[in-house]
Amino acid sequence: MNTTLSWVKAYVPDLDVSAQEFTDAMTLSGTKVEGYVKADRDLANIIIGQIEKIEQHPNADKLIVCQVNIGDKTVQIVTGAPNVKVGDKVPVVLDGGKVAGNHDGKMTEGGIEIKKGLLRGIESNGMMCSIEELGSSRDMYPEAPELGIYIFPEDAEIGADAVKALGLDEVTFEFEITSNRVDCFSVIGIAREAAATFRKEFHPPVVTATGNEEQASDYVKVTIRDEDLCPRYCARVVKNIHIAPSPKWMQRRLAAAGIRPINNIVDITNYVMEEYGQPMHAYDYDTLAGHEIIVRRAEAGEKFTTLDGQVRTMDENVVMICDGEKSVGIGGIMGGENSMITDDVKTMLFEAACFDGTNIRLSSKRIGLRTEASAKFEKGLDPNNAQEAIDRACQLVEELGAGEVVGGTVDVYSKKKTPVRIPFEPEKINALLGTQISEEEMLSYFKLVGLDYDADAREVIAPTFRQDLFRTADLAEEVARFYGYDNIPTTLPTGEATTGKLPFEMRVRAVAQDIAEYCGFSQGMMYSFESPKVFDKLLLPADSPLRSAIRISNPLGEDFSIMRTMSVNGMLTSLAFNYNHRNKNVRLYELGNIYLPKALPLTELPDERLQFTLGMYGEGDFFTMKGVIEEFLEKLGITGGKTYAPDSDKPYLHPGRQASVSYNGKLLGYLGEVHPLVADSYGIGEKAYLAVLDMPAVTQLATFDRKYAGIARYPAVTRDISMVVPKHILAGQIEAMIRQRGGKILEECRLFDLYEGAQIKQGHKSVAYSIVFRAKDRTLEETDITAAMKKIWNGLESLGIEIRS
Amino acid sequence: MKDKLQAIKEEALAQISEAGMLERLNEVRVNFLGKKGKLTAVLKSMKEVAPEDRPAFGQLVNETRQQIESVLEETRKKLEQQALELQLKAEVIDVTLPAKKNLIGHRHPNTIAREEVERIFIGMGYEVMEGPEIEYDEYNFEKLNIPANHPAKDEQDTFYINKEIVLRTQTSPVQARVMEQGKLPIRMIAPGRVFRSDEVDATHSPSFHQIEGLVIDKNITFADLKGTLEQFAKELFGENTKTKFRPHHFPFTEPSAEVDVSCFKCGGKGCRFCKGSGWIEILGCGMVHPHVLEMCGIDPEQYTGFAFGVGLERIALLKYEIDDMRLLYENDIRFLRQF
Repeated sequence: MNTTLSWVKAYVPDLDVSAQEFTDAMTLSGTKVEGYVKADRDLANIIIGQIEKIEQHPNADKLIVCQVNIGDKTVQIVTGAPNVKVGDKVPVVLDGGKVAGNHDGKMTEGGIEIKKGLLRGIESNGMMCSIEELGSSRDMYPEAPELGIYIFPEDAEIGADAVKALGLDEVTFEFEITSNRVDCFSVIGIAREAAATFRKEFHPPVVTATGNEEQASDYVKVTIRDEDLCPRYCARVVKNIHIAPSPKWMQRRLAAAGIRPINNIVDITNYVMEEYGQPMHAYDYDTLAGHEIIVRRAEAGEKFTTLDGQVRTMDENVVMICDGEKSVGIGGIMGGENSMITDDVKTMLFEAACFDGTNIRLSSKRIGLRTEASAKFEKGLDPNNAQEAIDRACQLVEELGAGEVVGGTVDVYSKKKTPVRIPFEPEKINALLGTQISEEEMLSYFKLVGLDYDADAREVIAPTFRQDLFRTADLAEEVARFYGYDNIPTTLPTGEATTGKLPFEMRVRAVAQDIAEYCGFSQGMMYSFESPKVFDKLLLPADSPLRSAIRISNPLGEDFSIMRTMSVNGMLTSLAFNYNHRNKNVRLYELGNIYLPKALPLTELPDERLQFTLGMYGEGDFFTMKGVIEEFLEKLGITGGKTYAPDSDKPYLHPGRQASVSYNGKLLGYLGEVHPLVADSYGIGEKAYLAVLDMPAVTQLATFDRKYAGIARYPAVTRDISMVVPKHILAGQIEAMIRQRGGKILEECRLFDLYEGAQIKQGHKSVAYSIVFRAKDRTLEETDITAAMKKIWNGLESLGIEIRS
Repeated sequence: MKDKLQAIKEEALAQISEAGMLERLNEVRVNFLGKKGKLTAVLKSMKEVAPEDRPAFGQLVNETRQQIESVLEETRKKLEQQALELQLKAEVIDVTLPAKKNLIGHRHPNTIAREEVERIFIGMGYEVMEGPEIEYDEYNFEKLNIPANHPAKDEQDTFYINKEIVLRTQTSPVQARVMEQGKLPIRMIAPGRVFRSDEVDATHSPSFHQIEGLVIDKNITFADLKGTLEQFAKELFGENTKTKFRPHHFPFTEPSAEVDVSCFKCGGKGCRFCKGSGWIEILGCGMVHPHVLEMCGIDPEQYTGFAFGVGLERIALLKYEIDDMRLLYENDIRFLRQF
């Protein structure tokens, strides 16, 4: 919503504030001003001058030399403009002044300074201006010539401020009106708020009786077929229409609000739409078959040509305005070509109706046609506004001499909207706000914005244009707005003390972050939605359940169309981004959800599972990644019982370099080297590694409980064991055997050498472990060690391992 | 004999003062005090001394010995000190050589901002809670006083899965979920990811993050809301931060407000961050709408409350002067390492 200060002042005559004061105060009382523009911000020192003499420039064919009377003196100005003649009154920018742009309409930020100087040898003391140079256009000033200097009417005062005379000394405010304040999408609504804000008198337009002795009902019959979609239809008739330009004051007001003046009738409808927030439409009465109006739903597939010449297709939820035979307009959106006003119109039908806002919004969306009118209607207008608006329009028709208004209104309005009555409970208002505002003060605020008070019933009566007031909380806001949010005290909640806390799963998450970061991984953030193509990119088989992803019905595009069922695509994409930007040694982690539908199509909410995903390339390998997982799980008290098995079977990982991670048979996640084909298709040119841990599974096992186990008091004994092992036997199996056979006194077994190569027989590897024994309660005897080692030896040999020492 | 001792002593002291290095000093010690040393030899000749003179003689030898030893010790300390100084001098390093840094990872700026907000509210007794990102339309809209066909549904550019299920457009549905559980009083914040169908550009992202706050108790007032958020702003942006509450409209609060804080870059004088106004809008808030309370089974005659929602990206972007939202999702390590 844009409105000029002068238009607001028209209804609040005592308002005397600067643009900034207006902005600040209105914003604090709830009518937010987004910003304002001064039309004359780049104009300076421009006055009205009269050309007294014109001579040809001696040195240039296309230039003339003018003597211009500027009131107190006459100045010489050289111009190339083709349209000026002696006696013309023109805007003159004097030496040192500023204009806003060029004559071709190009604006210069900050304006263009005009200095006196020589033009082809002849002194020129300023410049005569075109409307474009003054920062506007012929759209807004239709009387301005197509080429050349703006010419004032003959009665313009020589020496007066040209900017003022053109109405360019104007501030236009841009308001952000919230959806609950439909009444403020009008100048009157804003003026009412301004009057209340600055505690000034509010003087809305005085609408006088209009019309001749005839009755509109003799001209037209109106029927509404669907009152839910069109609760009210007001029609008035104007005959003997005289189409002409509207007066300058009206043109200026429309122009400043960004509306192009067209002619008196169009301008009146636009003017009243701005003023009252009530869109109107004018039909050529003589085109209406049977001189009747029927408001009904469109037929499905109905084709209709709107007044912009476009053929549009309707559906049965669109409201059509029809005459006795045909459709003549789309209700609340746009009129039809077949009934539009032309310059030859003799009689017209004025329509001020009210349509269901939601239906207009949805219809306008479906048809693909959003207009000034639909933008207003879709907010849900007050039907009680229609009569006054149409009367106001007819008043302007009479004032402007645009036609003869027929008396009376055809008004179809069966379910009248009545004011809401709200119990006045000042103590509840104070309790909600934390204030001690007196009853009288509250009532004075209500009065400011036109709310009535029924003292007997102790009820506040909200006029129907206030569609946001229903209960005490709403009244509290009215009180707060005018008491001033700033004046409400600041306190802290009292009452029962509560404990601030992070839930357990968030503490586990914090550990994941800490460990990842200690290990050099930085936190990334990935999108939740991705392309269904990622499954192919990750080599997922056609029947993989992960392909059953939730689809967004209105995605931003195919690439953002499914909710991810796995986190690795985001990670690989980010690694690839870094690789492409030549970043070395990149380690990233992410904590983000995947979305697993329980069934498709979705009928209940999916399983959202937080995934701890790690990815890296550069220094480090599979075991670096494994180390991070180990540190993480150990920090969460998940020690021992973990299994890393080469059975995770992820098609996007290297088949021989991946492992599932589980704890006592419960799967926690997996890790591995990215499959070379996958790395290639993402454009990662070196070995990359991934790990994914399912946080809900990890969280179930995690514990922050610790028990101090004591520090060993008796010495440890270490034995090394070296062996030749068939290749297929995994270190995990060897360790499991050592642990099983080592018994209670086994403290630790640690791999210290692993060798595969020429010196070792085919199909075997050389492995060496350091085994540490210790008892809690005594110093171990040699016999203890020998016995344990013997058992370990036997066990290993049973696996087909050859012990070397 | 006395003279002899005197001579030995003088010789020893001379040699000590000439020693110059620890090795030589040690030789001097051996030469005089060692088993075959000169002073030891004198002691061995005790038997040649008359028995009555022996105590005095013995004492004299000991005194001489002590004198030599004490000078020896003194010199040793001095030489050791010199040697150490020499060594330290030789060990000088170039402290401006590059550091050997551990490769430590960095937290995402968004997370840092979230943890900051969480820390403040946990300190004020709030519990951190979460809700689903894929949410029922009912929770995302209806229970928040945004019925079907409400224009706010359009304003929020919702991603739909189907008619009943949406990608939540705000963290506010967590309010309804927590209230429905019926455990009162409530003081909670709910951080999380939300979605709106905005194309990706420098200032928009189809997914971003909010932190919702909710307090429900007896006698909660708008003044409490003001006080709470004022304290929050001071903790987040500094003790001198001022706040400004402007009336606004949200369907699920009444009265509602938008909150500006004095620009933490320029202190309110006006700069490019606050677009010259001196104020930066950071959150929306209000008193929980009585109808919302009713829908969640709380009696608005007994309980009141306030709610607020903060945009995390807004805070992170402002605080770290990040000028392009796309950076948050690109995960360029050169970006992440700056936090």
